[in-house]
Amino acid sequence: MALLQLERICAQYPGAAEPVLSDISLSLGPQQLLVALGPSGSGKTSLLNLIAGFVEPSAGRITLDNVPVKGPSAERGVVFQDDALLPWQDVLANVAFGLELAGAPRAQREVKAREMLALVDLAGFEKRRIWQLSGGQKQRVGLARALAADPRVLLMDEPFGALDAFTREQMQELLLQVWKRSAKPVFLITHDIEEAVFLATDLILLAPNPGQIVEHLKLDFGQRYSTGESARAIKSDPRFIETREHVLARVFSQRQAIQEQRA
Amino acid sequence: MSKYQASPVTEALAHTPSPGRNAAPRLYLSTRAISVLTLIVLLGAWWLVTAFEWVEPLFLPPPSAVLEKAWLLMTKGYMESTLWQHLGASLQRIGLGLVFAVLTAIPVGIAIGHNRIAQGIFDPLIEFYRPIPPLAYLPLIVIWCGIGEFSKVLLIYLAIFAPIAIATATGVRTADSAKLRAAQSLGASRWQLIRHVILPSALPDILTGVRIGLGVGWSTLVAAELIAATSGLGFMVQSAAQFLVTDVVVLGILVIAFIAFALEMGLRALQRKLVPWHGQNH
Repeated sequence: MALLQLERICAQYPGAAEPVLSDISLSLGPQQLLVALGPSGSGKTSLLNLIAGFVEPSAGRITLDNVPVKGPSAERGVVFQDDALLPWQDVLANVAFGLELAGAPRAQREVKAREMLALVDLAGFEKRRIWQLSGGQKQRVGLARALAADPRVLLMDEPFGALDAFTREQMQELLLQVWKRSAKPVFLITHDIEEAVFLATDLILLAPNPGQIVEHLKLDFGQRYSTGESARAIKSDPRFIETREHVLARVFSQRQAIQEQRA
Repeated sequence: MSKYQASPVTEALAHTPSPGRNAAPRLYLSTRAISVLTLIVLLGAWWLVTAFEWVEPLFLPPPSAVLEKAWLLMTKGYMESTLWQHLGASLQRIGLGLVFAVLTAIPVGIAIGHNRIAQGIFDPLIEFYRPIPPLAYLPLIVIWCGIGEFSKVLLIYLAIFAPIAIATATGVRTADSAKLRAAQSLGASRWQLIRHVILPSALPDILTGVRIGLGVGWSTLVAAELIAATSGLGFMVQSAAQFLVTDVVVLGILVIAFIAFALEMGLRALQRKLVPWHGQNH
C-alpha cells in the first residue's frame, strides 16, 4: 500500500516556456527506498521540492496517506545537500530542533536527540559546534535531525553530492543501516549512477526537457547489503555492473535522442 | 588587532634574515608597537611645542595643564557639574537613544526584510531622512518637541535608528534559504521561523548596524547638546569654547574620542561573544 502518491504531476516555473516536469506519476510505500536518478536539468530537485511542499505543482495531485500535500510540514522530513544546520546551536540542539518547534519538553527532546545521534554513529558529539564538524559529520547531523522529528517519509536532496568518494561510500552504507532500522520510506535524488543502483529498491530514471520518467527498475542490491553482504562485494558483482551499465546507456541514449530532436 | 594589520606572510618575510649577509640583528617592531610609538611621538611633539612656548596656550595648552584641568573637573567641576556628571549625562542620552532604537529598529528591519508591504512603507521614509545631517533637521525637532531632554534623545535616536533598521533588513534578506526550508520542513510556523532562523541569521548584521549606529549617534551628541543643555560633554566643549577655555575644550574632545573608541571595542567584543559562528566556514 502506497503512502506517498504522485498522480500526473506537471511543474512549470512562472514565465518559462517549457515545463520542468511533465506527467510524473509514482508511489512510495513502506520498505521502499526510491531513488530518482537523472542528469542536471531533468527536474530531480524540482520533484523533491514539490513533494516537500516548497513549490506547488501546476497540475496533478500529491497525497500522503490520501491527504493532499500542502506546503512544507514535519510529516515530510528533508535532508539537504548543503548541511542547512543552524550554526548558533550545538549538535544536540540542532538534532532536537524539530521537537523544540513541536513544543516537546527539553528532557524528552534531548533523550530523543541522543538516540538519533547514536543511530548515525555520532554519540559523543552532542556539544560540538557545527563549524567544527567535517562534511560527512554534518550530513549525519542533518539525517539525525530529520529523523528526530519522526516524519512519515524522508526526502533526501543529493545528500552525499558534496562529499568525497570515501566518505560518500561510508554514508551510503550508513543510510542503508538507518533506513532498515528506522523503517521509514525514503525518497532520494542523486546524479551518481553507482549510488543510485546500490541504494535503490526502486530506481526511476528521469530524462530532461521536460523532466519525465523514462524507466522504473526494481532492484535488490541494498537489500543484499542489509542481509550482510559487503558493499564492495555487491558493487563488484557482475549483475551490479550490468545494471549500472544499462542505466548509464539509458542516460546516454536519452541525451542523444534529445540532441537529434534539436538538430 | 585591526584589518590594517599586515598579513602573516609579509610579516614572516620581513622577519626572515637575508641569507649570505652577515647583518646585525635588526630591530623588529610589532604593528601595535608602531601605533603606540606614534602616539608617544605625537604627545612628545605636543609637549615640545608648548614647553618652548612656540604656540600660545590659548590655542594649545600644554599637556600638564590639560591633566591639571582634568583633575579639577573631576573633583570640582565645570559649569556646576563635574566631568563625571557631564559624561553621565551624555552617556544617558545616547543610552536611551540606543535602547529605543534597538527596540524599534530591529522589528522594523525584520518587517522590511520579510514583508513586501512593510518594505514599501518604510524603505522610502528611511532612505529619505537617512542622508540628511542631523544638524539640518535639529531646528524642526526643536520647533516640534521643544528644548527639553526629549529633543536631544530623539535626535540621537533618529541617527541610530536608520543604520540598525537597514542592517537588520539586509540580514533578514540574506538569510540562507536552505536553513529556512529546513526549518519549515521540521514544522516551523511563521513566528518560529523568525525567532529561530531569521533573527539569529541576521544577528551579525544587526550588531554591525548597532556599531555603525553608535558611531553616528555619538557624533550627533554634540549637535544634540547644542539645544539649551546645561550638562553633557558636547555642552561642556561648546560652552568652554565660548569662553576660550581651551584646556577644557581639548580635554572634552579627548574624552569624547576615548568613549567612542571604548564603545567600538566593547561592541567588537560583544560581536565575538554573541556570534562566534560568524566568519566560520560552515
